[in-house]
Amino acid sequence: MNTATVSEDETHQEHSDHGLSDVGYIKVALILAILTGVEVATYFVDFGVVEIPSLLILMVVKFQIVVSYFMHLKFDSKVFSYLFVTGLILAVVVFAAMGTSLAFWQDPAGCDASAFC
Amino acid sequence: MAMTEESPEILELESGEIAPTTGVFARPTHASGWRAWFFTVDHKKIGIMYGVVAMFWFFWGGIEALLIRLQLFTPDGSVLTADQYNQIFTMHGTTMVFLVIMPLAAAFANYMVPLQIGARDVAFPRMNALGLWLFIFGGIFLNLSWFLGGGPDGGWFAYAPNTGMTYSPGNGMDFYALGLQIVGIASLVGSINLIVTIVNMRAPGMTMLRMPVFTWMILVVQFLLLFALPVITVALVLLSFDRTFDANFFNVAMGADPLLWQHLFWIFGHPEVYILILPSFGIVSETLPVFSRKPLFGYSVIVISGAAIGFMGWGVWAHHMFVSGLGPVGVAAFSATTMFIAVPTGVKILNWIATMWGGNIKFTVPMMFSVSLVSMFTIGGLSGVMHAVAPADTQQTDTYFIVAHFHYVLFGGALMGLFAGMYYWWPKAFGYKLNEALGKWHFWLVLIGFNMTFGPMHILGLQGMARRHSNYGPEDGFDFWNAVVSIGAFVILMGMIIFAINIVRTWLGYKAGTVPQEGADPWDGRTLEWAIPSPAPEHNFDYVPVVTDLDDFWHKKYQTDETGKLRKVADGNDIAQKGDQHPHLPSASYWPIVLAAGLPLIALGLIYNLWLSGIGLLLMLGSMYGWSLEPATDPDAGHDGHGEHQDPDTTEPDGSDNDTAEEAPVG
Amino acid sequence: MADTAETQTSELAYGRTDWDDHHHLPTNTGLTNEKVTMWAFLGSDCLLFGALISTYLLCRNRVGPATKGPTAADLFDIPFTSVSSFVLLMSSLTMVLAVTSIQRAEMERCKLWLLTTAALGSIFIAGQVYEFTGFYREGLGFTTNISSSAFFTLTGFHGVHVSLGIVMLVTMWVLVTRGNLGPERAETIEIIGLYWHFVDIVWIVIFAVVYLIP
Repeated sequence: MNTATVSEDETHQEHSDHGLSDVGYIKVALILAILTGVEVATYFVDFGVVEIPSLLILMVVKFQIVVSYFMHLKFDSKVFSYLFVTGLILAVVVFAAMGTSLAFWQDPAGCDASAFC
Repeated sequence: MAMTEESPEILELESGEIAPTTGVFARPTHASGWRAWFFTVDHKKIGIMYGVVAMFWFFWGGIEALLIRLQLFTPDGSVLTADQYNQIFTMHGTTMVFLVIMPLAAAFANYMVPLQIGARDVAFPRMNALGLWLFIFGGIFLNLSWFLGGGPDGGWFAYAPNTGMTYSPGNGMDFYALGLQIVGIASLVGSINLIVTIVNMRAPGMTMLRMPVFTWMILVVQFLLLFALPVITVALVLLSFDRTFDANFFNVAMGADPLLWQHLFWIFGHPEVYILILPSFGIVSETLPVFSRKPLFGYSVIVISGAAIGFMGWGVWAHHMFVSGLGPVGVAAFSATTMFIAVPTGVKILNWIATMWGGNIKFTVPMMFSVSLVSMFTIGGLSGVMHAVAPADTQQTDTYFIVAHFHYVLFGGALMGLFAGMYYWWPKAFGYKLNEALGKWHFWLVLIGFNMTFGPMHILGLQGMARRHSNYGPEDGFDFWNAVVSIGAFVILMGMIIFAINIVRTWLGYKAGTVPQEGADPWDGRTLEWAIPSPAPEHNFDYVPVVTDLDDFWHKKYQTDETGKLRKVADGNDIAQKGDQHPHLPSASYWPIVLAAGLPLIALGLIYNLWLSGIGLLLMLGSMYGWSLEPATDPDAGHDGHGEHQDPDTTEPDGSDNDTAEEAPVG
Repeated sequence: MADTAETQTSELAYGRTDWDDHHHLPTNTGLTNEKVTMWAFLGSDCLLFGALISTYLLCRNRVGPATKGPTAADLFDIPFTSVSSFVLLMSSLTMVLAVTSIQRAEMERCKLWLLTTAALGSIFIAGQVYEFTGFYREGLGFTTNISSSAFFTLTGFHGVHVSLGIVMLVTMWVLVTRGNLGPERAETIEIIGLYWHFVDIVWIVIFAVVYLIP
């Protein structure tokens, strides 16, 4: 949240680099298209145990690419990154904690002799 | 519309060039009367309106509290039926949290933050007005339930499925869910606005670590609001869908998990606790140094611990759910995090004590309220740490011990701090001080009444008296302390009546000339708001101050001489700005209030008839167009784009590039 | 800043300086208020969709004594949804091209890309409507069971976000066409683009987590 330190450094870089050229963006979109193709392929081909991890990794990579290049976050001021990433990390951590606590932690099997179940 | 720092000559030049308005609608120009308030975009008027409306709801929520205490005065009370009692305690909690403490903090934030950072207004003045009107209409909507079939009756945290159609068949919970939705949007709008203001519009030289602590705490609170409100939005949407459209989120017969609501509510609800208390922490961090005549002890530690509380506040929500069947892992984890969060809070308390230690303390009314915050909040904080111990909490959950705890932190903490702020900043907002003698009566009655009311609740709770029960029997042995509690509540009422008398009397006295007009700097203050006349002129600053120090204004008044001794070199009232410039200000607007009126219509339609929602939606869409087609009175500022004026490369390399945002005020 | 002696003796009020304020100054961060606002809003929206997605994940397989009907996941048509996901993904590319073209002051191209983006978004929404009606015909309404309530709420919220984006894109197209929005306000398009890409990344998550992961 502290923008004091970034404000000085960032203003100079800002606008100096507008990101990619049009061709560059089309290349990025091609990569995204290929990744989506791989994702969809998991539906037709059985990948076994690696299916869920690979889908999650592909999702994160696609997310990262869109945010960094299409949304310019890689080239833009750090202030934007802080605002967005704070929300993103909070969302992931908080809801992961909530989800696991609802899905696993309540399991009575893991709850021997405790006063709180 | 630009927040120009331009000198008057420049302004004339520009105004000569004003092109004919290109917008479709005119902008209101009333300088006085009700229209000057209803259509204003001035952050100071908006702040005062937040305060007035919040005090009205404080009165209303206080009456609800007194009804509760009348009912529990004696065993087998018969003032209220059980159903009425459910509605009254639900609305007491909801009102005090969402319609009193949050908007009172918003009042101070709106009024003081731009003054403390040396800005002419907030970043988006029209959005600021929109937030105010959404809050006002949301509060009215919530309380309409009293006249339309009874208030909500599920407690302020509205545990589903208890609040579903099966157990709460009236419309009360619909008003609750939709009303809080409207108030939540108001807070979200306000929070983004204040974040942008603080991040972008500080006076030159005011780095983040030269900001007053109050502004810092408000910034932390706005981030908490920004990230917490979407969560309750989702929770309330799920509840509304269940109630209105027969969805199954909390339908246990379909396999729903009732803990889903509890998790979502408290993921919002625990940051909410810090949303309520941190503004008051900020206020006393301003008043204690001023009235101890010492700098704040450990400024950066206070700021960092405030931010740390904000972050850690996200990791403790499930301590509200220790008896809900969370499982041992969850209970242990949230116990530990809850104990840890006491650390930054304790650090703050120590810092305030060290600030007062050895100071030349002046016991004015704001100082007395501030000291009572430090002491009363400490009591509430200690009982809070007790709840972190899960086995003890299992005993205390849903007893009056919990009620005692959160009233010590919210009344003894948040509200005491807000009263300190009122007495402290009254001269800045209105030009005169409140009466000190009456203020001291107010303070002592409230302090004594408060401890009479909530102190014995600890005992009642440990004796096993459950909260939210409309009755207790004569054989329970609760009657003595309940009588004391109820008498204490009426002592608080007397204190509040004296506060009201104080306001009216000083106001009449000021008009009659018997209460003196205060200068710019009545308390020998430290921060920028005291560098402008009282009451603050419409344009705030004649000249934007250039800040070189923390507590910059104070350093202009006191400096060390050759021998290293601190000497007063100037009087605040003399060196303050005169308020005699007339820079260009953002114009008033009709649209915030019209746009805000659409939402309660939509909400009413969801309860009664969807056609009404359609009308509300059309009203909102129409006023959005009105909003964007409204003429900017400054030809220089497009209605939503002014990035084009800004050339970051002009930023000066010597580190003094923390300039103000000039042209921000577009809604 | 005036020094002490001056402050005491001169007429100068506190804060009066030689500060050159005759021209517009940048904000503290050098960033416009509007863009900071959009990013703050997107950070906030992360929590909104975080709550909705985790609600769906918790609800999708829950059964109780009264549970009836299929779950949403039983009816997914992955090839169909893959196509509409791909359409939305490509609309992000056209959105970027709209932004770069207005930054180069190529207004005709900008108009074309804005309209293409809005059209691709509309195709996505049409696909969603088709999917919803298909579900309804197969006996999965909003109130059928807990997984259907959660599914329709999550995808419905996303659909509303996309629809709002389409309205904004069309409004921008009108403004550019009428000459009310020129290259000097390219940032307005950029900010709407940020919103559009955000809606796209939310769908990237939904597509993987809700549709593809079994």
